[in-house]
Amino acid sequence: MSTPNSPTLDKHSSALDAAENTASHLITVTLRVRRFNPEVSAEAEWVDYRLPIDPKERVLDALHKIKWEIDGTLTFRRSCAHGVCGSDAVRINGRNRLACKTLIKDINPEKPITVEPIKGLTVLKDLVVDMDPFFQAYRDVMPFLITKGNEPTRERLQSAEDRERFDDTTKCILCAACTSSCPVFWNDGQYFGPAAIVNAHRFIFDSRDEGGEQRLEILNDKDGVWRCRTTFNCTDACPRGIEVTKAIQEVKRALITRRF
Amino acid sequence: MQIHKYDTVIVGAGGAGMRAAIEATKRSRTAVLTKLYPTRSHTGAAQGGMAAALANVEEDNWEWHTFDTIKGGDYLVDQDAAEILAKEAIDAVLDLEKMGLPFNRTPEGRIDQRRFGGHTRNHGEAAVRRACYAADRTGHMILQTLYQNCVKEGVEFFNEFYVLDQLLTEVDGVQRSAGVVAYELATGEIHVFQAKSVIYASGGTGKFFKVTSNAHTLTGDGQAAVYRRGLPLEDMEFFQFHPTGIWRMGILLTEGARGEGGILRNKDGERFMEKYAPVMKDLASRDVVSRAIYTEIREGRGCGPEGDHVYLDLTHLPPEQLDAKLPDITEFARTYLGIEPYTDPIPIQPTAHYAMGGIPTNVQGEVLRDNTTVVPGLYAAGEVACVSVHGANRLGTNSLLDINVFGRRSGIAAADYAHANDFVPLPEDPAAQVEAQVERLRSATGNERVSDIRRELQECMDANVMVFRTEQTIKTAVEKIGELRERYLNVSIQDKGKRFNTDLLEAVELGNLLDLAEVMAVSALARKESRGGHYREDYPNRDDVNFMRHTMAYREVDATGAESIRLDYKPVVQTRYQPMERKY
Ligand SMILES: Cc1cc2nc3c(=O)[nH]c(=O)nc-3n(C[C@H](O)[C@H](O)[C@H](O)COP(=O)(O)OP(=O)(O)OC[C@H]3O[C@@H](n4cnc5c(N)ncnc54)[C@H](O)[C@@H]3O)c2cc1C
Ligand code: SF4
Ligand code: FES
Repeated sequence: MSTPNSPTLDKHSSALDAAENTASHLITVTLRVRRFNPEVSAEAEWVDYRLPIDPKERVLDALHKIKWEIDGTLTFRRSCAHGVCGSDAVRINGRNRLACKTLIKDINPEKPITVEPIKGLTVLKDLVVDMDPFFQAYRDVMPFLITKGNEPTRERLQSAEDRERFDDTTKCILCAACTSSCPVFWNDGQYFGPAAIVNAHRFIFDSRDEGGEQRLEILNDKDGVWRCRTTFNCTDACPRGIEVTKAIQEVKRALITRRF
Repeated sequence: MQIHKYDTVIVGAGGAGMRAAIEATKRSRTAVLTKLYPTRSHTGAAQGGMAAALANVEEDNWEWHTFDTIKGGDYLVDQDAAEILAKEAIDAVLDLEKMGLPFNRTPEGRIDQRRFGGHTRNHGEAAVRRACYAADRTGHMILQTLYQNCVKEGVEFFNEFYVLDQLLTEVDGVQRSAGVVAYELATGEIHVFQAKSVIYASGGTGKFFKVTSNAHTLTGDGQAAVYRRGLPLEDMEFFQFHPTGIWRMGILLTEGARGEGGILRNKDGERFMEKYAPVMKDLASRDVVSRAIYTEIREGRGCGPEGDHVYLDLTHLPPEQLDAKLPDITEFARTYLGIEPYTDPIPIQPTAHYAMGGIPTNVQGEVLRDNTTVVPGLYAAGEVACVSVHGANRLGTNSLLDINVFGRRSGIAAADYAHANDFVPLPEDPAAQVEAQVERLRSATGNERVSDIRRELQECMDANVMVFRTEQTIKTAVEKIGELRERYLNVSIQDKGKRFNTDLLEAVELGNLLDLAEVMAVSALARKESRGGHYREDYPNRDDVNFMRHTMAYREVDATGAESIRLDYKPVVQTRYQPMERKY
């Protein structure tokens, strides 16, 4: 009655053994967190916290342990805890990552782990930054489907290939890891930034959309795509694995050829 | 304190809130208050799909979908509501497509569909392809698409505003909704929103469990706000435990993984679901599969050194199929477990997932104050509400559907109501309760810590009111929750500031979880039968004679100020489907 056993179930891989190992191996790590609370002081400071943690846990778990057991004033945003809501982009050891998608064991727990707010957006308290300019840039590129003529009664048709064309940029969770890793954005907050361009790309290359020309005009602006200097920081930073720089390049090419 | 005036106020900007906002904004002056930036809402975590009998890939119709929904809910579903859900599903999906949602496509360019648990052809003959999907990030695409359309419509959001109280005013002997009170995270300021109509769309309450697929922010704030004002909560004992959460973490691995051919196995490699559900096997409905998993574990066939989980095996599926259809969940396995799903099975266990119960509403989204009377001007939609389309157990893909169908309906109804009616005067000193609550927590000096009480609550709920329940375990839970509620009066917080005081808000959220956990446990204790997600080992059968009825729980306060929960019952609406034994 039962189906043949799956071959892999007979011999465990070492990765599976490690994943199922329940013996707790707590190690002690130091989190060096950039703290700032204008209600208390105008100056930001680094504060070290030493805590025991299982290396398989997330940096977000470490931040929670600090908040819940050591210092309740530590402030950061988070919600989903598994990399889908985009709340907790921070700089960990100088790189933009999601705290909930970064495991302690993947970042050398031997040395203090630095955690600071993402750059280029005003810090409001500890790891919390002002996201309004970021969302404003997003809204400015008209991030919605623009169509003309009558709506069909059923769905619009789209081939699997056409759908695939913009798949990568649909994954964006608006975490701002890319934009806040961009040296151009650090120097000039007027620049739309990679995330807004990614979201413009998502529509420009959608075969159903008819607003491409308008969006390209917006991005042709002095604060638009031409500011990008192709440093690839954004692609490295993106927790969703989106090829951000490539998307920006495709938008630039579309501006030159007006074909998309 | 600031006072604002809007026709319609929507609490929450997940799928239900934004779907409502798109309608309400076109028709009335609308504000959306949300504790998270809209795109952070947990709708974005939904993976598998949204049900609709489009019949794009095989024969299907809305009547079959209605039947499956009712049967899946173990006949506790209100059948008139289920029929609306299934009928309007088709337009709900097409509307999203027109708004721009990038669904996966069939070779003909139509919206593709896949199998999901409990969705069948012709009343249970075989699995049917009914779930419309966008890879394994359907919820993400829905949330993004709705937010994009809110941007397009110019919806007005108040981001990081926590609604903490519902205002009711009696006019001509009838209690009406007058507005809400909110706490602004950035400044600590309290805002009163006077509104002709209010829609709660504030999501679920899964954080009273430890192993859960729910976000940290799913703390039942909306349910608690109305409950404290004396309005009932319906069917709170029904909570869904999804079979496949990542072991110990609870992160969800969509049922779509089994829809694509994934198989559950015990430590002997046996496909154990064949024993429990010979026809639907791994795609039987969720309560059935979760119980089967725990039965395997209890009988010593669990995997790992402690035998406390089973495997979700995807290793026989081609890597290209996993990459195309399940890219996110396979990445979760890599990121959080360090294993490769192409070659290794994934350790899983049931995870607390979805609240079937909530604020009772009728099919227009109007909130009920008892079995029949509505509260004028008050609406609810989405996971916070109980229409009831999910009954005792929700079918996979029916919630993304619910938030769209009933989000839209409540948005339209609330705006229409706002047109036809005047503002209700605010109660005297409308912010008093919230001010007192916040002040008390800020100045408290007790020696209890929020995190301790929350952890103990979560451990107690996992141990006592999860997949298997008995009178004994539930009583243990009721007692423990009572004790924790006492201790909660002694919590203090460290952050006394105004700015971004998440320490304070976590304490408020814990208060909500405690209240709702108590309602759940007390409702579960009284239901001496097993039905859907509520399984009593001491009463293993469904008892239609005594319990074919919805639980309605009310908070009562006596003259001394002592609180208690009063239970009442509401009949189930039955139209054409007679209850039958549920087999898969
Ligand atoms: C991991 C996961 C996968 C799922 N997969 C599927 C699936 O494939 N198919 C399916 O049909 N269903 C699925 N579900 C269920 C479904 O996703 C949810 O039930 C649904 O998205 C809930 O939507 P909502 O709009 O009611 O709530 P949410 O999306 O949770 O939104 C709640 C909103 O309320 C706001 N809010 C909360 N409290 C307050 C407050 N006090 N003041 C102001 N605002 C507040 C929040 O900011 C948020 O905007 C899944 C659920 C999970 C957890
Ligand atoms: S492109 Fe990537 S890094 Fe940038 S906002 Fe989107 S998800 Fe975040
Ligand atoms: S908490 Fe949601 S992305 Fe990290």
